[in-house]
Amino acid sequence: MTDARALAAAVRAGERTAREVTEEALDAIAAGDGALHAFLLVTPDDARAQADLVDAAVTQGRDPGPLAGVPIALKDNLCTRGIPTTCGSKILEGWRPPYDATVVGLLRDAGAITVGKTNMDEFAMGSSTENSAYGPTLNPHDTGKVPGGSSGGSAASVAAGFTPLGLGSDTGGSIRQPAALCGVVGMKPTYGRVSRYGLVAFASSLDQIGPFATNVADAALLFDVLAGHDGRDSTSLSSKPELTVPGLEDGIDGIRVGVCRNLIDGCAPDVVARVQEAAETLAAAGATVEEIRVPEFAYGLSAYYLIAPAEASSNLARYDGVRYGLRVDGDDAAAMNTATRTAGFGAEVKRRIMLGTYALSAGYYDAYYVQAQRVRTLVMQAFDRAYGSIDVLLGATAPTTAFDLGAKVDDPMAMYMNDICTIPSNLAGHPALSIPFGTGVDGLPVGVQLLAPALEEALLFRVARVLEAAAPEGVRSP
Amino acid sequence: MSGEAAWEMVIGLEVHCELATATKLFCGCRNAFGDEPNVNVCPVCLGLPGSLPVLNAFAVELAMRIGTALHCEIRPSTFARKNYFYPDQAKDYQISQYDQPINTGGWLELPDGSRVGVTRAHMEEDTGKLTHVGAGGRINSAHHALVDYNRSGVPLVEIVSEPDIRSAGQAKAYAAELRGILVATGASDGRMEEGSMRVDANVSVRSFGTDSFGTRCEIKNLNSLRSLGRGIDYEAARQIALIESGERVVLETRHWDESAGRTESMRSKEEANDYRYFPEPDLVPLVPDAAWRERVRAGLGPMPADRRSALVAALGGSASEAEADQIRAVVDLGLDELVRAAVDGGAPAPLALARAANEVAAQSDAGLVLTPESFAALLALESGGQLSATQSKAVLGLLLERGGGDPSAVAEELGYEALGADFLAGVVAEVIAANPDEWARYVAGDDKLTGLFTKEVMQATAGKANGKEVAAELRRLRG
Repeated sequence: MTDARALAAAVRAGERTAREVTEEALDAIAAGDGALHAFLLVTPDDARAQADLVDAAVTQGRDPGPLAGVPIALKDNLCTRGIPTTCGSKILEGWRPPYDATVVGLLRDAGAITVGKTNMDEFAMGSSTENSAYGPTLNPHDTGKVPGGSSGGSAASVAAGFTPLGLGSDTGGSIRQPAALCGVVGMKPTYGRVSRYGLVAFASSLDQIGPFATNVADAALLFDVLAGHDGRDSTSLSSKPELTVPGLEDGIDGIRVGVCRNLIDGCAPDVVARVQEAAETLAAAGATVEEIRVPEFAYGLSAYYLIAPAEASSNLARYDGVRYGLRVDGDDAAAMNTATRTAGFGAEVKRRIMLGTYALSAGYYDAYYVQAQRVRTLVMQAFDRAYGSIDVLLGATAPTTAFDLGAKVDDPMAMYMNDICTIPSNLAGHPALSIPFGTGVDGLPVGVQLLAPALEEALLFRVARVLEAAAPEGVRSP
Repeated sequence: MSGEAAWEMVIGLEVHCELATATKLFCGCRNAFGDEPNVNVCPVCLGLPGSLPVLNAFAVELAMRIGTALHCEIRPSTFARKNYFYPDQAKDYQISQYDQPINTGGWLELPDGSRVGVTRAHMEEDTGKLTHVGAGGRINSAHHALVDYNRSGVPLVEIVSEPDIRSAGQAKAYAAELRGILVATGASDGRMEEGSMRVDANVSVRSFGTDSFGTRCEIKNLNSLRSLGRGIDYEAARQIALIESGERVVLETRHWDESAGRTESMRSKEEANDYRYFPEPDLVPLVPDAAWRERVRAGLGPMPADRRSALVAALGGSASEAEADQIRAVVDLGLDELVRAAVDGGAPAPLALARAANEVAAQSDAGLVLTPESFAALLALESGGQLSATQSKAVLGLLLERGGGDPSAVAEELGYEALGADFLAGVVAEVIAANPDEWARYVAGDDKLTGLFTKEVMQATAGKANGKEVAAELRRLRG
């Protein structure tokens, strides 16, 4: 499928109708998703109705928005009014939110067409989309491989060409890691830059919604639509966001790039090689490139796997069978709670609820939760030191290319290690981006990661644009 | 030594106050009592997935008023999550201030001059309301329960006292004084019966002269000042009896049963929930700046203690015990402005106070409004002798019923137009003529007979005569 900007331009100019573009996307999903399972739910009628509104605006000479007629896939933890939102969990099966997430409203205002809800690891807990209660999503480049996770469905939809755009959420790498494994662009914005209202919470202090796209400019355009203050989210930043699209082609002359050993060492050699090539590409484009070490990043994973489960244990308490979603009856309210949660949550969610409950318990709180917060502060300070002498950090997104389905499902620690390069940005609340940069020895996509200080999304996209223009021969479109 | 005289009560009170905001603490839903169930709800106060709290600035303002009135330090504060499962709890956690409350370290001075320390006054959200249905509505035997989330997310301030209280009477005085302050700040209507002010008491006992504390019990369901006093007295006696019989008081929460007049064990603190408090990540720290704190301070009206002092001053600087009681009643009911306005308008202070504390107070529940002008005019008629006390009360009753009016017109309507002096003298003369023996005894100095003559005159004038004027006429004729 053509890129989002070209589609929007054609629809805005009246050269193509949104309806036509939407039907193409629906057809592509109908034809191809049986093999991939990127979508948990496709909403053709709703999509057509949105498309007709866009076409009416064009006909009547009203501005249909910057994303006019562009189909987009929504991760199924984004609330959509009247449309089931499951978070990949049995416990929310059949629940229809009475309201739209703020980002969904922004997309509609921008003329985008939401075509359905994508698969994910249950409550965004996972790195392969195998933790979905509704079965895994397969990698469009190789259906024997995982697409990454937790936003694997949205990444796969974009990689498979079903939709030019997708939305994901990133708590510890859940946009960037599947973007890398699926060979698409994925970006986690600065914490507070995009409203979380209507994003079903996993770990509130880490969650952030962000774009998937086939190219940097599309991702930047989608980010510009999403970014901004929202009075319904107290952690939403009040400053006016800088548009990232206008400066995309400004180049990187004089930009100081730090090649971060701690985001490379330990990764597979083919991944390491691609990161090195990316560094050389940036140097050739005029950036100053130096190696940098941020040893504190090594502790990020442990801190993350206490803080995120702690918050999750509280955020997921509300799934108690009383008000919505699954209810399994019991003799009294407590028994009903237990029966509902036992039946409704999958193994990984239960593991993290237990982990988080433990970390917050009397007698353990200081040793675990408080200590993890101290480490989080250390990681932030380490970033600040690094950004004293450089502008952007470069590293790997994930340690390997896409791995085999089932390879890590029985080994949570191996699965958690997938997030080692992405977690530091979540802990600090900084923006970071994954961009495809060649392939590994297996021919599967490799993503390299760019990290920047808070609110420097425009810089991230600008540097990514340079890498994109010089990227080695990528994988064939699946 | 044994018996209650050997024991000292140590009491601390936790008062939950519902704030009188238009909307809830974290969403725009109406904060209203008594509406149909589950009409004032939205994704936020129902705890729907994806919803987020946004702090109500006016609730913060009211919390700051309470803190300021209680001489607390108003500090940068944070919210935390108190995690526990309960069906009335929409998110299965309560957003509450925990280790960094907005108000700390204040005090409250009681009318008797004693001071009770205020540890903290923090903000939190209320829960929904459970109604158990079937099998008599008791929680253990109910068939099912209904949840009303109208109250879910209603703003509360919890005011925690130091364990400075030493008797049930002092506890009641503290609660009454605090209620007066809550009403005076505009923070709450202070209605215990509607649950907008809820009092829990931590009670322990110790031998007089000891410094350490005994094991405490927390008493819940104290729904009135009367229950508060009875509950504390019962609980202290129960603990003393336990200790004197060689047993130990168990740290626990107990439920006050008003009709049975006793406390019953609810749950022991040992098996209580571990609430797993941690900072609420969906809210940012609350840091009221100096200008806001100053605006709150400057905007506070006089507190009940100041208003009582003003009434004592109006009485000429001192008050009898009976007058002090009247002053407390008048200030508690917010009638002090009325009294002061009447006094400023020339009414005698003791009379204004007595009428306000008795007749006006008796009808103030109906929300009747009496203008200060009307009240002052009535008191002028009474103190000037144009109306007797009985007549004045009758006129006042009618004025209250009607929400004001001209007292002279009402008096006329009741047939209380002042009797002319000549007419009165004539009636007195007739009564004397009809009772010659009694008159002789009166002239000889038997003053008690004033009553008899007055009664006769009243009968003859259908109660329209002024008793004081009758007595004066009798004295004049005796010479």
